[in-house]
Amino acid sequence: MIKDITLGQYFPGDSTVHRLDPRFKIVISGIFIAMLFIGDHVICLEIGAIFVAMALILSLIPIKMIIKSIRPIIPILLFTSVFNLFFISGGMPLFEWKFIKITDAAVHTTIFMIVRIILLIAGTSLLTYTTSPIALTDAIERLLSPLKKIKVPVHDLAMMMTIALRFIPTLIEETDKIISAQKARGVDLDGSKLMDKVKAIVPIIIPLFVSAVRRASELATAMECRCYRGGEGRTKMRQLKSSIADYVSLGIAILFMASVIFINVLN
Amino acid sequence: MAILKTEELTYVYSQGTPFEKTAVDHVSLEIEKGEFVGVIGHTGSGKSTLIQHFNGLLKPTSGKIYLDGEDIWADKTKIRQVRFKVGLVFQYPEYQIFEDTVYKDIAFGPKNMKLSENEIDGRVRRTAVSVGLTEDILNKSPFELSGGQKRRVAIAGVMAMEPEVLILDEPTAGLDPKGRDMILSQISHYHKTTGCTVLLVSHSMEDVAKFASKILVMNDSKVFCYDKTAEVFKRTEEISSMGLSVPQIARVFNILKNKGLSFDEEVYTVKYAKELIIRELKKRGKI
Repeated sequence: MIKDITLGQYFPGDSTVHRLDPRFKIVISGIFIAMLFIGDHVICLEIGAIFVAMALILSLIPIKMIIKSIRPIIPILLFTSVFNLFFISGGMPLFEWKFIKITDAAVHTTIFMIVRIILLIAGTSLLTYTTSPIALTDAIERLLSPLKKIKVPVHDLAMMMTIALRFIPTLIEETDKIISAQKARGVDLDGSKLMDKVKAIVPIIIPLFVSAVRRASELATAMECRCYRGGEGRTKMRQLKSSIADYVSLGIAILFMASVIFINVLN
Repeated sequence: MAILKTEELTYVYSQGTPFEKTAVDHVSLEIEKGEFVGVIGHTGSGKSTLIQHFNGLLKPTSGKIYLDGEDIWADKTKIRQVRFKVGLVFQYPEYQIFEDTVYKDIAFGPKNMKLSENEIDGRVRRTAVSVGLTEDILNKSPFELSGGQKRRVAIAGVMAMEPEVLILDEPTAGLDPKGRDMILSQISHYHKTTGCTVLLVSHSMEDVAKFASKILVMNDSKVFCYDKTAEVFKRTEEISSMGLSVPQIARVFNILKNKGLSFDEEVYTVKYAKELIIRELKKRGKI
């Protein structure tokens, strides 16, 4: 069922990773992503893998959940690997047949790309698994708050994100309900013909749009009734507090990053 | 013979995750043809999950469902036929409306059944009348209508498929008392004229007491009782202790009973209460 989609789903828990300050978690994720893409040696990827593995063990998130989040990108991975394999030239040819030529450079790049993307998804999904959407947007708001000085509406952007995230489960539930209701009226979603499937989308999309617009206008009215007027003078119920654990983990991330840069320079 | 039958039906949501929850727990039931069944239960008692099994929208985690004596999951490819035989009107069905005219929206179900143009036209007009929609509304956009009218369009959309079993999940939720009475009496009228089996889900006893011949009470994912309406109302105290509201008139008569004025039969509709009181007063020579 649609409900089982894991994209950005929070997995409640009380592990070390869960308790970290979300601001630090975002910064660490940023460092981690940079680390993956800067490193161009096998050892760099291994360092990245060790980093993910450490975070995964500390977070107590079942490995099943991580695999579940990687599964949807497998088609994209396959597609780009095929392209990389056949169209990267240079290096020693390993295999040649008529116009098809695979070189060792192509194999090297393809493997690097696959490992990088898998690590990237695994690492970033750990961030969303261990941090509730509210904490995440709160942290983003705080991290971006210096931009207020140059008139960027940081609070409004964060509020929009909060609302969008808040309504993802609601809309998924709504979609599920609409699909069930239309199935009850004989819509054939499991039909084999492509045309049937396309036709079946209309009775689902239209009610979904209608209800999304209705919800948006109801929410706007409710916010106005409570005199919402943006971020000015607003205080937070939950203050973000950083602890020693946060600094320690940031330190570890920087250490990993430094070693990646070091290895790069050595080569 | 029972038209719908379940055997040890169990359904577990999100199995294998921290959100795991058993919504229907070993339910065995038999619903007779032509019956008007009221299904009541508290929010989260599993009534909505249960009824979604009857037309094969949900596949049971374990247990079986029989329609006309046939296991509905015996042949997966025939599940659509089951949905044509068992019509399900969801809660707030007006949110499933999508066509640009009322006529087309009511015709959507019958069209999926691949009926002839003539047959579809006849059905649309017949059901529109039976839910109290006038001819001129048929060509309007459903999005221009009032909430109550939209609700009736959506119900007509399922009725037009002329299912053998019609299930309605809280068809009166969010309507004013007048709209509620109207829809309930239209459903009851439809039941009487077509002779189909009706399951009316509600959290209010008041709604179902007037029309249902049998009542199924769900509590905590299990069947609390399934019996004739009068029998169920003998257990008013247990039912109110589950947090379900008992019809006001039944409560009044319960108080009267405690004060020493008891009648042989259970009272749960105002109409019947009136008859009883008049009879009693006549007997005592007061009128």
